[in-house]
Amino acid sequence: MPPQTMSAKTDATIGVNGTAKSTSNQAPPPMALPANLKSDLLNKLSLKSFKLKTKQQELLLRVSILFLVYVLAFITRLFSVLRYESMIHEFDPYFNYRTTLFLTEKGFYEFWNWFDYESWYPLGRIVGGTLYPGLMVTAALIYWGLRFLRFAVHIREVCVLTAPFFASNTTLVAYFFGKEIWDSSAGLVAAALIAICPGYISRSVAGSYDNEGVAIFALLLTFYLFVKAVNTGSLTWSLASAFGYFYMVSAWGGYVFIINLIPLYVLVLLITGRYSVRLYIAYNCMYVLGMLLAMQIRFVGFQHVQSGEHMAAMGVFFLMQVFYFLDWVKYLLSDKRLFETFLRITVTTTVGLAAVALGVGTASGYISPWTGRFYSLLDPTYAKDHIPIIASVSEHQPTAWSSFMFDFHILLFLFPAGLYFCFKRLTDATIFIVMYGLTSMYFAGVMVRLILVATPAVCLISAIAVSATVKNLAQLLRTKSKVTQGGSSKAASGSKASSKALLDQSQPFQRNGAIALLLGVFYLLSKYATHCTWVTSEAYSSPSIVLAARGAHGNKVIFDDYREAYFWLQQNTPTDAKVMSWWDYGYQITAMANRTVIVDNNTWNNTHIATVGRAMSSYEDEAYEIMRELDVGYVLVVFGGVTGYSSDDINKFLWMVRIGGGVFPVIKEPDYLVNGEYRVDKGAAPKMLNCLMYKLCYYRFGELMTEYGKPPGFDRARGVEIGNKDIKLEHLEEAFTTSNWIVRIYKVKPPNNRW
Amino acid sequence: FPPVSFLSLHHLCLLLPSLPTDATAVRVLLSGDFKVSQAETRPGNDASDQLGAAAMEASLRAHRPAALLIFAFLSLLSVSSSAAQEIQILNAERRIDLSSQVAIVFLTLKVENTGKAAASDVLLAFPPTEAEHLAEVKAQAASGKKRKKTYAHLIVEPTDVPDAPNGAKGFRLALHNPLSPGETTTIEVLYMLTHSMEPFPAEISQSDPQLVYYRDSAYILSPYRIKQQTTFIKTPSTNVQSFSRVEPTNRAGMELKYGPYEDLPAYSYSPVLVHFENNNPFAVVEELVREVEISHWGNLQITEHYTLAHGGAKLKGVFSRVDYQSRPSASGVSSFKNLLARLPPRVHSVYYRDEIGNISSSRLRTDSRKSELEIEPRYPLFGGWKSTFIIGYGLPLEDFLFESTDGKRYLNFTFGCPLSGTVVDKLTLKVVLPEGSKDPSAVIPFPVEEHMETKYSYLDVVGRPVLVLEKKNVVPEHNIPFQVIY
Repeated sequence: MPPQTMSAKTDATIGVNGTAKSTSNQAPPPMALPANLKSDLLNKLSLKSFKLKTKQQELLLRVSILFLVYVLAFITRLFSVLRYESMIHEFDPYFNYRTTLFLTEKGFYEFWNWFDYESWYPLGRIVGGTLYPGLMVTAALIYWGLRFLRFAVHIREVCVLTAPFFASNTTLVAYFFGKEIWDSSAGLVAAALIAICPGYISRSVAGSYDNEGVAIFALLLTFYLFVKAVNTGSLTWSLASAFGYFYMVSAWGGYVFIINLIPLYVLVLLITGRYSVRLYIAYNCMYVLGMLLAMQIRFVGFQHVQSGEHMAAMGVFFLMQVFYFLDWVKYLLSDKRLFETFLRITVTTTVGLAAVALGVGTASGYISPWTGRFYSLLDPTYAKDHIPIIASVSEHQPTAWSSFMFDFHILLFLFPAGLYFCFKRLTDATIFIVMYGLTSMYFAGVMVRLILVATPAVCLISAIAVSATVKNLAQLLRTKSKVTQGGSSKAASGSKASSKALLDQSQPFQRNGAIALLLGVFYLLSKYATHCTWVTSEAYSSPSIVLAARGAHGNKVIFDDYREAYFWLQQNTPTDAKVMSWWDYGYQITAMANRTVIVDNNTWNNTHIATVGRAMSSYEDEAYEIMRELDVGYVLVVFGGVTGYSSDDINKFLWMVRIGGGVFPVIKEPDYLVNGEYRVDKGAAPKMLNCLMYKLCYYRFGELMTEYGKPPGFDRARGVEIGNKDIKLEHLEEAFTTSNWIVRIYKVKPPNNRW
Repeated sequence: FPPVSFLSLHHLCLLLPSLPTDATAVRVLLSGDFKVSQAETRPGNDASDQLGAAAMEASLRAHRPAALLIFAFLSLLSVSSSAAQEIQILNAERRIDLSSQVAIVFLTLKVENTGKAAASDVLLAFPPTEAEHLAEVKAQAASGKKRKKTYAHLIVEPTDVPDAPNGAKGFRLALHNPLSPGETTTIEVLYMLTHSMEPFPAEISQSDPQLVYYRDSAYILSPYRIKQQTTFIKTPSTNVQSFSRVEPTNRAGMELKYGPYEDLPAYSYSPVLVHFENNNPFAVVEELVREVEISHWGNLQITEHYTLAHGGAKLKGVFSRVDYQSRPSASGVSSFKNLLARLPPRVHSVYYRDEIGNISSSRLRTDSRKSELEIEPRYPLFGGWKSTFIIGYGLPLEDFLFESTDGKRYLNFTFGCPLSGTVVDKLTLKVVLPEGSKDPSAVIPFPVEEHMETKYSYLDVVGRPVLVLEKKNVVPEHNIPFQVIY
């Protein structure tokens, strides 16, 4: 048998090149082509005697395309590893990495019961109960599996590559999902589109070890399994979707989207009269089991039956029972009028009961109201007015059109086309994908980071558009050629031509038009591929811990100041030192410097963050009191004035003022502004020039020449000469400044001796 | 290394690694005299235990200055009547080089046998505080007249001197030809002391130069009567704050001269203290773990874990980047920011990282004879600051692994730390042998501690045997080849 399979494979690869235009609707990913050509040349020499049946050929073609897409999805995410190194990116991933390290070192139970003293000093954090453990457990399982197979990998490598690995798996799910809602060619296109879609890549490049990396896989898997369950009405599939949901709950807070979208979908099916026993089985099994499983995650726990966000699912669950009950009664009662009366009574009592239950639950506090984040999703202006801490995060901002274009490119135009095709062929599955697409598009418009959730839907719907269009065009071409062939051989027998051909002949330039359109589609798709690769390489593959810039001679200059500072902290400060910094750097400091921080990126305690914001925006002696209260040993600020690095603490400072002022009214934003303008030069507000943050950032900066032809103390990030060059520190002293001044660390002096 | 001008040329040959460095020579040694060489190392190993015990005893000792005082007191009192009194030293010259962080001492002794029986060995004595910091003792005997001098290496081993006052530690030099009565011979000794300079003031600010104390005795500590002796101390700069006087004492430029002193009894001691400026980098590798992994696929993978510290005067107060950048000559003179690692030639896949990632500030220069890796820690090291990092590289296996005639394989590799100018407090060398290899043994020209471990790496079933060699107080002179046979 082995030689046969061998030749089968070779034939398949020839098929990819030879017949790609006609049968496969999707051009194979560009990166895979050269390899294919090579194998093509090689294989032409080998046996070609084995002729496969069309079906087998198609299967092989599909498998090989899927395999290539799988590999492509993985390797396109490795830019950062090749360009920098195998490292964890950004902020949150550092916490995930630290917890994973803890999990692999201490075991699961220690991890589950972990109380972390190193963050939120002096409060601490119950880590096991305040995180979604799916990501860490996944990475640890992969790590233990590899270790068991005696691959001496480091846990860091596993963490770095988890996201690309799951992105690859997502392409498989996308294929099956596409197959389920449309056909297998749409599935292939969807797999290829999602493999390189920038909206997804932004959160799943190597090193971006974040919950979203595995969560999108889990999300799509849950949806796929649920749709499959609805289509088949099989308990197995609904059980599988419940477990998929469980995995999603364990991985990401975005599971709330699932638990609201699925009831909404069920509701729509009910309203449109598409109720069926299949739906009943799928939803009930998925909801009940999924709920029980989700409650096992400590961070979710009883929220799943108590909080406002989950109530919709429960309501729909009861509605389903009512529906089923009514169906049953309808079956029993032959009299139509009697049934209508019964219906009226039942519906009224049910709705009344539900309303009363909800009212009582909310009033008694048993059902918690919606959280701020949830509100801000429904009302984009909510956070801006009420919760500055949510509004201060850049990824929580409303999405700009440009970033839609950036992340979706042609998919943005294909999406409506796909919707059109879906509406043309409405089934349970297409209704689901339409709803998924529309709701997630709305949320993507509200928050930048939710583009991620919309990406799979957009890819799937666009894939339907591409696949259906190309299929129609290819069919046109084929029938046409058949007709012409027939015409040449059998001397124009028009009667034999099918009705389709007749229809075709009625439009004169159809063939040329089809060719042009096909070329257009391929042109667009190739543009999409190049755009995706460019975006991945330029925008989404920098680790943000290490900054790179082009030097004067075009050489690459690396600013590794963050790690320089963190490593200095780790090596040269007492192990129990407390470090105060703005919350952005909290996770990194605990993970890399291994020191206790006051606040970190898990922004669960607004007051505590406000205290730090207050300290940063007060005068030095007031801030000293606060720092003494918090046992602060070192203060860390990020300063970009020397290098022109713009996302530094001075530019974030207004948020510190706002958040601090939100809790402590002593801090007033207008004190730091001059006529509503934020400035750091001579015209800045006096409070601004003397607050702790300003002093720490610009201490002795006035002596430094940063740019030729500019006065000393010229801030390159803001392009002005600073206003206060003579800064004296009384209670703090400079402990360390990195080589490019990006991170500055100050030591808090002990109180003065009274004698 | 001290400059040649200060040392006579023949001192230098002591400095050079004395063992055969090329592989063929080692092969001869191993195939022919394998048994012998092993036998030779045995007593050395026993002796290392004694040394360890001695160091323990010394560490239990009371405060250092107090010990010195008592020591001096006793040594003046001691009317020596030791057993080894048949030997006397006619002329002794000691040159102490303090220009780096290691004190390098050359001792030239002209020894005469005044007894009746032939003397087969000569003893050296060290005060316990020095013995603790003794990194290396080498000796050679000179014979022949001025121009045609030949040198023969002497085996040096620690020994107990029964009647030594105040726990002075002895080293025994075994002479090749026993010294018959009335005969004289010249012995040259080289020894190195690590951590022998104490920064004073112990904390300095960024702009201060680093001043250190060096303590020693004006008289050479010896179990024998010394007829005439002189001591020269070379300081790294002309800035000598103070020095003790034991007349006659002279100072000229960078050199201090104690002596000549005439006819001093055994165990004479007169403490002296030199306070001078030494801005040389006090780069101390507190712990170094080198892992040498042999893969029979053709690669030798070296991974070195460093814990580096600045052992000099601690930085007091602030570190100002402005001062450090704008006034490099006046600011942080005793700090250092780069180090040079000398690696073997044909090195490949070099990496330099620490636990939080790659460190981008390093440069590699390679040519056919050597490779030099210049590394910068993430931040400049000031007194008391620490840094840890890892250097790893691969080497072609055929340069280091050979087959001996009895079918065994042996690895011939360099022992010490590749970072130049550093002192290693504790070096652990792990030789990871391929899975399934048996009975590993090491041939090392100085005493080390040995034990076995097992390591699991890629696709291992039973694990790889690891031969672990540990040594304390390692100086660059220990960068000599050793062999592991398996």
